[in-house]
Amino acid sequence: MRYSALQILKQGLTGNKGWKPVWREPDPKPEYDIVIVGGGGHGLATAYYLAQEFQQANIAVIEKGWLGSGNIGRNTTIVRSNYLLPGNLPFYEFSLKLWEGLEQELNYNLMMSQRGVLNLYHSDAQRDAYARRGNAMRLEGVDAELLDVDQVRKLYPNLNHANARFPIHGGLLQRRGGTARHDAVAWGYARAADQKGVDIIQNCEVTGFLIESGKIAGIETSRGTIRATKIGVAVAGSTSRVMEKAELRLPIESHVLQAFVTEGIKPALPGVITYGAGHFYISQSDKGGLVFGGDLDGYNSYAQRGNLATVEHVVEAGVSMLPMIGRARMLRSWGGVMDMTMDGSPIIDKTPIDGLFLNCGWCYGGFKATPASGYCFAHLIARNQPHEAAIAYRLDRYETGHVIDEAGHGAQPNLH
Amino acid sequence: MRIACPYCGDRDQGEFVYLGDATVQRPDPAGQDAALAFQDYVYLRENPAGWHREYWYHEHGCRSWLVVERNTVTHEIRSASLCRPVQMPGTMQTDSDTEAEAGQ
Ligand SMILES: Cc1cc2nc3c(=O)[nH]c(=O)nc-3n(C[C@H](O)[C@H](O)[C@H](O)COP(=O)(O)OP(=O)(O)OC[C@H]3O[C@@H](n4cnc5c(N)ncnc54)[C@H](O)[C@@H]3O)c2cc1C
Ligand SMILES: [Zn+2]
Repeated sequence: MRYSALQILKQGLTGNKGWKPVWREPDPKPEYDIVIVGGGGHGLATAYYLAQEFQQANIAVIEKGWLGSGNIGRNTTIVRSNYLLPGNLPFYEFSLKLWEGLEQELNYNLMMSQRGVLNLYHSDAQRDAYARRGNAMRLEGVDAELLDVDQVRKLYPNLNHANARFPIHGGLLQRRGGTARHDAVAWGYARAADQKGVDIIQNCEVTGFLIESGKIAGIETSRGTIRATKIGVAVAGSTSRVMEKAELRLPIESHVLQAFVTEGIKPALPGVITYGAGHFYISQSDKGGLVFGGDLDGYNSYAQRGNLATVEHVVEAGVSMLPMIGRARMLRSWGGVMDMTMDGSPIIDKTPIDGLFLNCGWCYGGFKATPASGYCFAHLIARNQPHEAAIAYRLDRYETGHVIDEAGHGAQPNLH
Repeated sequence: MRIACPYCGDRDQGEFVYLGDATVQRPDPAGQDAALAFQDYVYLRENPAGWHREYWYHEHGCRSWLVVERNTVTHEIRSASLCRPVQMPGTMQTDSDTEAEAGQ
């Protein structure tokens, strides 16, 4: 069923009895041509692009829980392409371009809102760093504007501009950045993939791989063996646990990242803001809640919940940037398990096992990457060749020294 | 989380700085295949769901480096010892002790 204003009118007049389930719930077949492990944003997008752009058929997505139970349903929904390094910039800009046409393409309301992402700077050195980043972006054809303090004050009068210790000197603005509704992205890709014939199988955990003379032959799951000669794994925070079953040791640590939301308030923040004097970012949801986050808790964790020390730390940073949030009640906080790589950048590559492909290492920036990640992973699986936008995301870059360390922190995943 | 520093006693996690996996061993830079051994040591991790031996530095306390055994699924901490004695050959807890509970 195509969604449209006319359809809403028609259904409304006929008692809303004609709406159909958004995707089928098939039982797994014994064999597929391509199996994608992980029904998060990246897995679902991969399946969709395999069917839509690369004319592949007989595809299944295997998800251990329900769609959206992982990080795709837990993130703070920020979409942007304000990266610095050559390996990252073209990829994230490719992603943002896909975002810009995605609602029409999927015929699904993703609440994509290009409300602008502003990175504040608080010192001369930081302004220089952001000027450099903005220049790198513009050289790639990406929009970037360096704002001075008056321009920032005009956009956001309620920030703590005259903070004695961290006065706001200005910010780097990407107007095309913004937010999108995270669950809707999973649902939209799932619906579109399903319509292309992809089997989406929920509540089915992958427990092992069938490997026959160095080649992938299938997977073991909680619902039996499924054979396939091409398997793509996109399980985010669970990557090490799943790939261990293929005896791969990876440059990844799993860390918990928390996020927070306040009660709904009147419109106060038109766009997304990141603090330059502490790790803190905030936006206001369409319901009015302030959605914000900050640092990782900082230790290996698979717990999907964090500790109070980090809650305190994030809120302190928030109050120092935007004192008014001290008056808002926090409604909820939650955590997600991040697949942190040793250089802070992702991996989209083949593995040493023929036919087994790996998509991981999204750290806490993988939501914005969803469309490009799915597209490039589908390209790799269908053509056995990396897509040009993702050419730097090699698994062997740690061995060869071609790491992509955007933050310059070195091999310390909790700092990226 | 609270970490029982052998020197200072039960202290809040906020006093400590985390370094990560304490099971990786620095290879001999003059050894054969040193480059490969170093990529393993610097970059590759077991990343277990379950018991994890990890380094914590008691920055706002006695400034000792500790090896802590912590469960990455429950955040339970079952031991903390000063770094040096743990690393001396023969005194290290065998891996099978920790692996027995890993992945629970
Ligand atoms: C609090 C928080 C805030 C964030 N904020 C942002 C942000 O503002 N902007 C941004 O760009 N990114 C953000 N991210 C990061 C982003 O959400 C992730 O990088 C991205 O969602 C990861 O890709 P995914 O959607 O495929 O992951 P997931 O949704 O986690 O998908 C992986 C799936 O694999 C499944 N799986 C695991 N093991 C198995 C198995 N054995 N068998 C079958 N299935 C399995 C899981 O159940 C899960 O559904 C944030 C993340 C968190 C937690
Ligand atoms: Zn101490």
